[in-house]
Amino acid sequence: MDLLRFITCGSVDDGKSTLIGRLLYDSDSVSLDVLAALENRPTVHGTVDLALLTDGLRAEREQGITIDVAYKYFTTPRRKFIITDAPGHVQYTRNMVTGASTADLAIVLVDARQGVVEQTRRHSLIASLVGIRYFVLAVNKMDLVGNEESVFDQIVADYAAIADQLKLPNVTAIPISALLGDNIVARSKNLGWYTGPSLLEHLESVPAFEEASIAEPRFQVQFVIRPQTEDYPDYRGYAGRIQSGEYRRGDRVHILPSGQESVIEAIEVDQREVESAAAPQAVIIRLTDDVDISRGDSIVPVGSQIHVAKEVEATICWMDERPLWPGRKLLVQHHSAVVKAVVSAITYKVNVRTYGRAATESAQLNDIVGIRLKTAAPLVVDSYQQNRATGAFILVDELSGDTLAAGMVDAMQNSFVPEPLGFTI
Amino acid sequence: MSTPHFDYLDRLEAEAIHILREVAGQFERPALLFSGGKDSIVLTRLAEKAFRPGRFPFPLVHVDTGHNFPEVLKFRDELAAELGEKLIVRSVEDTIKRQRLREPGGKFPSRNPLQTYTLLETIEEFQFDACIGGARRDEEKARAKERIFSVRDEFGQWDPKRQRPELWNVYNGRIQKGENVRVFPISNWTELDVWRYIQRENIALPSIYFGHPRTCVVLPSGQLLGLNEHLRLDENDEIVERQVRFRTVGDSTCTAAVESDAATIDDIIADLLLAKVSERGATRLDDNISEAGMEDRKRNGYF
Repeated sequence: MDLLRFITCGSVDDGKSTLIGRLLYDSDSVSLDVLAALENRPTVHGTVDLALLTDGLRAEREQGITIDVAYKYFTTPRRKFIITDAPGHVQYTRNMVTGASTADLAIVLVDARQGVVEQTRRHSLIASLVGIRYFVLAVNKMDLVGNEESVFDQIVADYAAIADQLKLPNVTAIPISALLGDNIVARSKNLGWYTGPSLLEHLESVPAFEEASIAEPRFQVQFVIRPQTEDYPDYRGYAGRIQSGEYRRGDRVHILPSGQESVIEAIEVDQREVESAAAPQAVIIRLTDDVDISRGDSIVPVGSQIHVAKEVEATICWMDERPLWPGRKLLVQHHSAVVKAVVSAITYKVNVRTYGRAATESAQLNDIVGIRLKTAAPLVVDSYQQNRATGAFILVDELSGDTLAAGMVDAMQNSFVPEPLGFTI
Repeated sequence: MSTPHFDYLDRLEAEAIHILREVAGQFERPALLFSGGKDSIVLTRLAEKAFRPGRFPFPLVHVDTGHNFPEVLKFRDELAAELGEKLIVRSVEDTIKRQRLREPGGKFPSRNPLQTYTLLETIEEFQFDACIGGARRDEEKARAKERIFSVRDEFGQWDPKRQRPELWNVYNGRIQKGENVRVFPISNWTELDVWRYIQRENIALPSIYFGHPRTCVVLPSGQLLGLNEHLRLDENDEIVERQVRFRTVGDSTCTAAVESDAATIDDIIADLLLAKVSERGATRLDDNISEAGMEDRKRNGYF
């Protein structure tokens, strides 16, 4: 059985939480005791308020809105699902980015009465920026527009313009009513004119996880294992997770950023040596040479097109209340590598309504901007477009430790692609 | 080149090992909170996969309520010895004496709320900067909101509105002195996932997880509580002999048993697939006090 992670996004009151509640409820994933707790609460519609299944914080129940990301789980005979329920409010956009960053698919909810609104555009932009490959346009509350096909068609046409602008790869539109359960798990007679799959049928059939395994091999060292015991006096293993691609015993590799070369002597999984291992496996790699490697270094096959760069251009979503100005010094955390950096320029700001770019002097909370970043030590990166694992980073405040921004590498300046040293005998 | 296939358990396992190694890489003094229950036993198995042939880069720490099941304590000590890893035990009893705390009252005097005091004392004593725990987001609605790296202030408090964004699998563990991070490597696992992993990895568990005869008190809710010396019963209480097992192994004064003949892990999984009541709903008496019971305890430093 495989795993699909998806996010629900859309404006406030589009019914995201109700949709998730409905998916859990209709797929028989809600326990009786949890349901009983809900049934004790008064509701507007006289039925169980399914949204309460996800709004887990006191403040959320008080205000009837989703503030923070919630993760929910359900399983069908075909697949395990991790649902990320992200808030719709503009002021919680950073939480939506949090949820989107790990998702394979985005359900963009639109209220059939409202059609495409600003939040639809904003969320589609964010989902597309973080590289989500599958989109569902879920036109909700169809029951409130008389289940009219023409309403659905109009919204699909409006959304096509967004999909076109953002070059969204796979968009499937489904008319639904989360409240009534129409087209959620089973296809509904109320929407008889619709001939496509129900939402759940679609979620079960989308291909999961393809990109990481076909990308070039990438591995970053998280922890050096040196037992120094009688049994293992000279053992040195580099523990980490294969971020993409496949590694094999005997591969000639570069250790970056230093540029040293070596050969993979062994790959270990759970103390067994294996011939090969692939993303997303967590492994230990041992090398034939005694080279100097520490946490944060990358081990990649010789000939990889990875860049060693001290200056990158990136798109970031700024997540701090205090604005970002050029000249700001901070930390870049690129998985297990942490380096000091300075934001040398803010090159543009994305208009979330038009997707156009405009000049800006600073980045405010929730702004999506382009920046130029100079780092104190080289980063070993790909562009985010090339590799979602090695093109992603976060910006961190050195003093408070707060996470300030999500970043995606667009281009590398003053970088080099390591070349084989060539063996001499 | 054919693409290797990994199923959802492989992916959850890889994610958890990655998280454990991030803790080892980012913190000076981490600890693994170990109760002898199935979730923390799974964590030790994952730690073996993350760090062998080296030793664990953290001790196992148990906050002993004094109300634990003896079978679980025995298993805890045996597993720590078998792993060859350091086990630190700190007891709620000592905290009660030292801080002159009031013992809980009532018929079922759970020490669960008092655990927080001992946990915070232990964190201070050893200056732990990260505490790894086996909590899962499927357990409870407030837990569903928690990040994998959850920053706590010097009082151990969780502030759900001030959580750091957690992006991709980049985990930010930077903290100020006095703060600590609670780390939940199996956040994305469900109760069923844990059992399927135990089955796949053939992991040994304390005997009380399997069906066995036990003398129980019947609670007004119909739930069964194993008879033990901490309960304050009166003559109206109904005492019965039943074939039971436990779904969780917390404080014995507030952890109910479920009737079951399940003798093997396969039986338990079959049981679970039919179960209509959640793990906490079936077994915990203290989460139902109020709708925000768990959220409020977590805000105060509870795990």
